[in-house]
Amino acid sequence: MSGLLPISICVAAGVGAYQILPWKIPRILFLQEDGFAVLLYVRFPRVVLAALVGAMLAISGTTLQGIFRNPLADPGLIGITAGAGLGASLWIVLVGGGVLGMWGLPIAAFACGMLVTIGVWKISETRGKVHTVTLLLAGIALNSLAGACIGLMTFLADDEQLRSLTFWLLGGFGGATWSVVLVTFPIAIVGLFVLLQQASALNAISLGESEAYHLGVPTESLKRLSVFGVALTVGAAVSAAGGIGFIGLVVPHLLRLMGGADHRYVLPGSALGGAILLILADLFSRTVVIPAELPVGVVTALIGGPFFLWLLIKFKSEVFL
Amino acid sequence: MIELEDVSYQINGKWLVQDINLTIKNGLLWGFVGPNGAGKSTLLRLISGELIPTTGEISFFGKPINSYEPKELARLRAYLQQKRDINFPFTALEVVLFGRYPYLNGTKETTSDIAIAKKALRNVEADAFTYRLYQTLSGGEASRIDVARILAQSPGLFLLDEPTNHLDPRHQLQILNLCKNICDEGKTVITAIHDLNLASMYADQLLMLKDGVSVACGSPKSVLTQKMLTETYNISFNIIPHPNGYPWVMPCTKNF
Repeated sequence: MSGLLPISICVAAGVGAYQILPWKIPRILFLQEDGFAVLLYVRFPRVVLAALVGAMLAISGTTLQGIFRNPLADPGLIGITAGAGLGASLWIVLVGGGVLGMWGLPIAAFACGMLVTIGVWKISETRGKVHTVTLLLAGIALNSLAGACIGLMTFLADDEQLRSLTFWLLGGFGGATWSVVLVTFPIAIVGLFVLLQQASALNAISLGESEAYHLGVPTESLKRLSVFGVALTVGAAVSAAGGIGFIGLVVPHLLRLMGGADHRYVLPGSALGGAILLILADLFSRTVVIPAELPVGVVTALIGGPFFLWLLIKFKSEVFL
Repeated sequence: MIELEDVSYQINGKWLVQDINLTIKNGLLWGFVGPNGAGKSTLLRLISGELIPTTGEISFFGKPINSYEPKELARLRAYLQQKRDINFPFTALEVVLFGRYPYLNGTKETTSDIAIAKKALRNVEADAFTYRLYQTLSGGEASRIDVARILAQSPGLFLLDEPTNHLDPRHQLQILNLCKNICDEGKTVITAIHDLNLASMYADQLLMLKDGVSVACGSPKSVLTQKMLTETYNISFNIIPHPNGYPWVMPCTKNF
């Protein structure tokens, strides 16, 4: 699978309104032939950003499923994405671009995403056990609450703010530039690094929190680091590309179907798989209706929606007891 | 050796465990008995370090329990919960290998870890399910996998909360025989157990709890008396000798 990532990066960098054959990419890059500018300033930042966002969304989905011990957790479904989105739109409308420069948006998204993560957790937890139904219902409530607040923001925004808010709300990678990649990349590295460390502990906690304690897992620090990592990665993903759903749900399940549930495999695997899936979804979204673009969130929802329904049918007897 | 000194535990203004003094020597099988809600599980969780006593002190092998690192403690004692559920498709072998967590530093299990896990599965006669998914096992089969997991953890002290629940008579005896063998190796087993007759057959020492207080402590013969049982459970009992010499407890009240 790690071989698939470079291949999909090259294919996705090549295909588009201006066709470049994937195997010609190295030649174009070195000799600065025709298409160099398209490749360097349009395609590559877009593909790299899609890979980063896909990896972050997928690994945070895997982590949430792990700490909630619940296969139906996903940053979008339980409201974290919407919370981060609210943070971002609050930032655009109330604070504005100047302060903190490019970093303001991801920081605001991270802060609100963190609040929502802790919030859904506290709401759905009783005596160390997170209840699926409460978790999903709290997610629905927080989703619509955050949606309403974002709506309120569009009402409050002036013309220029409205333009940047709408552009951002549409999501997708149409606005990808190297400077967005530059902001997202370090956050992604820190987030992925923190989350990948938790693999063994997530394995143990799938037995239950108390069992994990008895196996020597420092459960409190595991939970804190996981929430921190999830809020960080989801915040960065949302501020870079808007709300893109279902990556965090679909990818870990595909990996578990392919190779079992060991988090030492599923966590890094989902980072790779998420990157590949989102690169391909973005490729599809910008090529299927050339010269227009479908929002990439529509594409992931088209894949993810039916997949989620299939999961519900498969798990309903086990999860909704 | 485990020592409890005046251990009490309070939550929301209610004392779940009160003034427990206990010295548990290595190599013995202890049974905690008593009615539902008597504090058996709470006392086990206090001994495991999961709960911190409101007052009093617990020491493990001469050192206070809170002076151990989490992984260090996990190599000294294992705990078997009553209820378990796993929502991910782990195989039985993977679940048993989780028992090796305190010995790994985020590294992959070695062949010796896998050999230990497989031996544990054989010990509970569960080697036939080694590669089955844990979620697809029956309650009793899953219970045996969990026992195998704490065997793989190979600590000096085993804390078991109702290990014989969901098991048929053969596997109940198998688990308790396993406990006996563990004790013969010089390790210690403390088990909360409802079945007084199994407790009588297997335990070296019994602690009987009622409302969080120790009401009797000693050999099964001295604890399982008609008077003591009637006072503790509020129903009448008859005690007859088991053919092998243990006291055999029969509840005699049908309507009360």
